[in-house]
Amino acid sequence: MAQAIPETVPTSTPGETVRAVAPARRFPGIPLFILLFLLVLPGLFAPYLAPHNPIRGSLRARLKPPVWVQGGTITHPLGTDKVGRDILSRIIYGARISLAVSVVAILVSGAIGTALGLVAGYFGGRLDALIMRLVDISLGLPVILLALVFVAAIGASFGTVVMVTAILLWARYARQVRGETLSIRERDFIARARVAGASHFRIMLRYIFPNVVNTLTVLATLQIGAVILLESALSFLGAGIPRPTPTWGSMIADGRDLIVVAWWIAMFPGLAIMLTVLSLNLLGDWLRDYLDPKLRNV
Amino acid sequence: MQRYIVIRLLQSLLALWVMSLIVFALARVTGDPIDALLPIEATLEERETIRRNWGLDKPLHTQYLVFLGKAVRGDFGNSWKWQGHTAMGLVLDRLPATLELAGVAILISIVLALPIGVLSAVKRDTLFDSVGKILALLGQSLPAFWLGIILMWVFAVILGWLPTSGRGGIARLILPAVSLGWFQVAVITRLVRSAMLDVLDSEFVKLTRIKGLSEWKVIWKHCLRNAAIVPLTYFAINAGVLMTGSVVIENVFVWPGTGRLALEAVQARDFQVVQAIVIIFAAVFLFANLIVDILYAYLDPRIRYQ
Repeated sequence: MAQAIPETVPTSTPGETVRAVAPARRFPGIPLFILLFLLVLPGLFAPYLAPHNPIRGSLRARLKPPVWVQGGTITHPLGTDKVGRDILSRIIYGARISLAVSVVAILVSGAIGTALGLVAGYFGGRLDALIMRLVDISLGLPVILLALVFVAAIGASFGTVVMVTAILLWARYARQVRGETLSIRERDFIARARVAGASHFRIMLRYIFPNVVNTLTVLATLQIGAVILLESALSFLGAGIPRPTPTWGSMIADGRDLIVVAWWIAMFPGLAIMLTVLSLNLLGDWLRDYLDPKLRNV
Repeated sequence: MQRYIVIRLLQSLLALWVMSLIVFALARVTGDPIDALLPIEATLEERETIRRNWGLDKPLHTQYLVFLGKAVRGDFGNSWKWQGHTAMGLVLDRLPATLELAGVAILISIVLALPIGVLSAVKRDTLFDSVGKILALLGQSLPAFWLGIILMWVFAVILGWLPTSGRGGIARLILPAVSLGWFQVAVITRLVRSAMLDVLDSEFVKLTRIKGLSEWKVIWKHCLRNAAIVPLTYFAINAGVLMTGSVVIENVFVWPGTGRLALEAVQARDFQVVQAIVIIFAAVFLFANLIVDILYAYLDPRIRYQ
């Protein structure tokens, strides 16, 4: 369980016995570095970092290629799109949306999923069965399609995107937390707390919840990548944050139609998504090995 | 076993029912369907007539029951955007294109992932393994629609080997199928690799070696057969991912399947068609899940006696 943090990983001797133990992963320095400079810093300080206005372009600088291609200028290091907006600045502002959507969506879906998972695992019985059926159903929904339907019904906005992602992602947390709660509640300290007269609510919050925090951390890290991919796909389909707010997904959509004449419009925001999600996955894998080796199958 | 199948079947039907509730509720949340149906200058009387004809004057639960009764028979009403077509007819028209794309994507993913996964496990911790792992990681981090656009750029625009979009012939199928299957390649490679590692470690493999079987036979026959059960379970999820992926990929490559129809219908607020698509997708997905669960329970007795 959560307490079993491996302080040291057994030094591996060649042979078959070590195979079960994961090799110590190196500290994910590069992924953290990428996340900091691609997602967190631009997301927080976009107005100070972006060299140009991300929404208003200059018509004289339309479809400029990146600086290293012939015709490119240092003013627009990654080139401009068809209305002369600076790609770099738009990517920096786009990080804001990715960061905001993922953080809020993770918090909301994590809160819903954890609460339901705790309740299901702690009380068991009919309530558990009901919640787990909901989890099964929710994991089986065609995500993007439903998101499209939601957005068509309610209208595209930041709130809609967050809500859709949260509704669609809570189930994983619920399933994982419930599984752990099931085993934690059988332990001695829970029985003692009960004898001491702690209420159900208090037991769940003070005694069980702290023991699933590690799991939640790992799951949330891995899920941020999923949220960013989903948000970008929605934006790409025109069902995300409405224009003209720059998002990585909608920038790629702009680039799709111009791929013949201006490859850089679609290329760079896509690279930004890829590097961010890749880093998050690496970080999540490392966290999982570090905090909770039992989570291998998340 | 029969009990297990019945329970799983009931669960699937329950899930489908919940989907119908969601879909119905969403279609009503959008506001009065009459507004979408009639021009603004329609008189109050015209509105009332339509309302009565469409059954929209009845209470909501009655409307839902009517909707459900028709939905069970596959009747989702007529499309608002494509006049003269039923919603179901449109979806069924476009379904073969999507299935074709998804089928080829699955084929590509198996043909690539199986050997890569097996070799990664056999040649564990070598350069080949590292490359395989990097490929798998990349596959899970790439947005499929972006990959599609980049492939289009490289192979259609720069090299000129393949057409950019549309449907017809194998050449037009390659790029969208690869973009759609890429994610699967990554996931299945990972699954096959870890399953193979477990099997390679087991006693019976040592036995086959002691028996003097060739290494080729040990790996590709005895190990793979035992490792294959893990990726198999993944095919249920696979169905959902492919369905969802098709919405995005079909729009990148202007592929005339249900995914593209879905976006067109959503944009036109054609809720009859949207409802039909969501229910069909959910049904296909649940059916795939059901088949895999039953297959799995058949292969692994521990599950069916739970």
